[in-house]
Amino acid sequence: MTSLRSDDAPASTAKSSDKDETADLPEAPRGASAVGRAVTIRRPRAELFACWRDFGRLASFMENVERVEPIDGKRSHWVVKAPGGETVEWDARITDEREGELIAWASEEGADIANSGRVAFRDAGARGTVVTATIAYDPPGGGVGRLIAKLFQREPGIQARRDLRRFKQLMETGEIATGARNRRVESEEGQG
Amino acid sequence: MRALTWHGKHDVRMETVDDPEIMNPRDAIIRVTSTAICGSDLHLYDGYIPTMEKGDILGHEFMGEVVEVGPKSTLEKGQRVVVPFTISCGACYYCSKKQYSACDNGLPAANQDIAQTIYGHPMAGLFGYSHMTGGYSGGQAEYVRVPFSDVGPIVVPEGVEDDKVLFLSDILPTGWMAAENAMIEPGDTVAVWGCGPVGLFSIQSAFLMGAERVIAIDHFPHRLDLARGFGAEAVNFEESKTYEALMEMTGGIGPDACIDAVGLEAHGFFVDNVIDQIKVSTFLGTDRPHSIRQAIIACRKGGRVSMPAVYGGFVDKFPLGALMEKGLTLKSGQTHVQRYMRPLLDAILEGKIDTTFLISHRLPLEQAPEGYKLFHDKQNEATKVVLKPGMAAA
Repeated sequence: MTSLRSDDAPASTAKSSDKDETADLPEAPRGASAVGRAVTIRRPRAELFACWRDFGRLASFMENVERVEPIDGKRSHWVVKAPGGETVEWDARITDEREGELIAWASEEGADIANSGRVAFRDAGARGTVVTATIAYDPPGGGVGRLIAKLFQREPGIQARRDLRRFKQLMETGEIATGARNRRVESEEGQG
Repeated sequence: MRALTWHGKHDVRMETVDDPEIMNPRDAIIRVTSTAICGSDLHLYDGYIPTMEKGDILGHEFMGEVVEVGPKSTLEKGQRVVVPFTISCGACYYCSKKQYSACDNGLPAANQDIAQTIYGHPMAGLFGYSHMTGGYSGGQAEYVRVPFSDVGPIVVPEGVEDDKVLFLSDILPTGWMAAENAMIEPGDTVAVWGCGPVGLFSIQSAFLMGAERVIAIDHFPHRLDLARGFGAEAVNFEESKTYEALMEMTGGIGPDACIDAVGLEAHGFFVDNVIDQIKVSTFLGTDRPHSIRQAIIACRKGGRVSMPAVYGGFVDKFPLGALMEKGLTLKSGQTHVQRYMRPLLDAILEGKIDTTFLISHRLPLEQAPEGYKLFHDKQNEATKVVLKPGMAAA
């Protein structure tokens, strides 16, 4: 592929689709869409890495993720909410891992949605740690796939940004903020 | 519980709603003993603020007794506390720098999108002030859920009456920070636009910080009299030309520092341009568009302009040239309430600051709708309305 990049900005911030959105993601399917977000969290890098690497905890701050079940040290089973009360599922495998620095994963054959992602952790001095998450997805045509594509592409990056904010809240404050004064109000308003 | 709820323009009602609960480990539930109507509440009342929903409980100036605590709260049942209007986590980078109103975590994740879009960044949460500031139920109610109760509320000693400390929740720290942002040096002349609660408190604060003279600008005679009571000189802009008066009163120099406290909704958002981003110029009232422009034009060369008054969107004809050519410093921001509560509580207890003069009306919470009408319609006399749950009707 031709690189048209003349700047140092992340590929996920490209204005034009001529710029390969997945240039930062070696494991992404060719032609996939990608969203990338960075957030700075005032906690040590090792602590953030450990929380993320514990895949079972991801559902506590990822709004659309119903659950992630570890299968073995490298593989996990993902169940993700889809429109209309449906769910989509896949098995994911860790494709790259550097302790305290990086986790990369990709879905295995037979996934409802082919996807891959990586999350990187970089020291930021007194500000804590910069966490950069990039997710690429390649929804199939037809049925649930099209619905999912619509859901994800309506506001690319919004979901990723909110999920990272919740991760930050959980790690910095020990809880996830809600404006609801009680559980009834919360169930009416949905998740924060 | 009983609570004051918003239903639309000039339509607020006392209703029975379900009680708050502990939702997060650091929460506490407060039984409200005193709560005030803020000038910025009038913008909700006038229907200007977007992202309000019918049934929202208003109020962000309140205090009361702790009745329930989450496992991570550091408060104890029975303690009396004043609660800051800003909801700040105490743990993020900004809170660590005591820039509490810039807290990263006070807003629920989904509520951060609007501010991120309009301002570039989300800010702290606020009680009772629309869903773009978090959708938190406010303090004009019998009970309130207070998040981050281990870092926000300040415990008040027994025997100190509510009226003396209630304004630590917002307007006293806001007036104080306005004066601090004016970077006052001994001998300075400070001009203050607006003699609402924030303006009056910034006048008091300016004198405490060493200002030699304070010139107060307003058009309500009663409010100008209150300013005079603290030693300020008054300019009524309906009777005198403000710029000319300021220049003549300072020997042709201009004030060393100017404070724009006209909005007094020092934590509101300005509306029309939030809803209708096409409009480029919005200010708070008919006479008020001039205040920040006037402050910049009147300020002496190399002087300082402090802007506690809230502007929420875009303004037209902003005198950027004057700001640049004269080398002015402009400081602003929502109040970092938690930074100032302790020293200001001490100043109150030592008798250095009195805030009770401001209260013109005390009403039972049940009469809150009347309180809004009064505060809205009679700005000269109604300087501050305080509501008390359980108080007998007058």
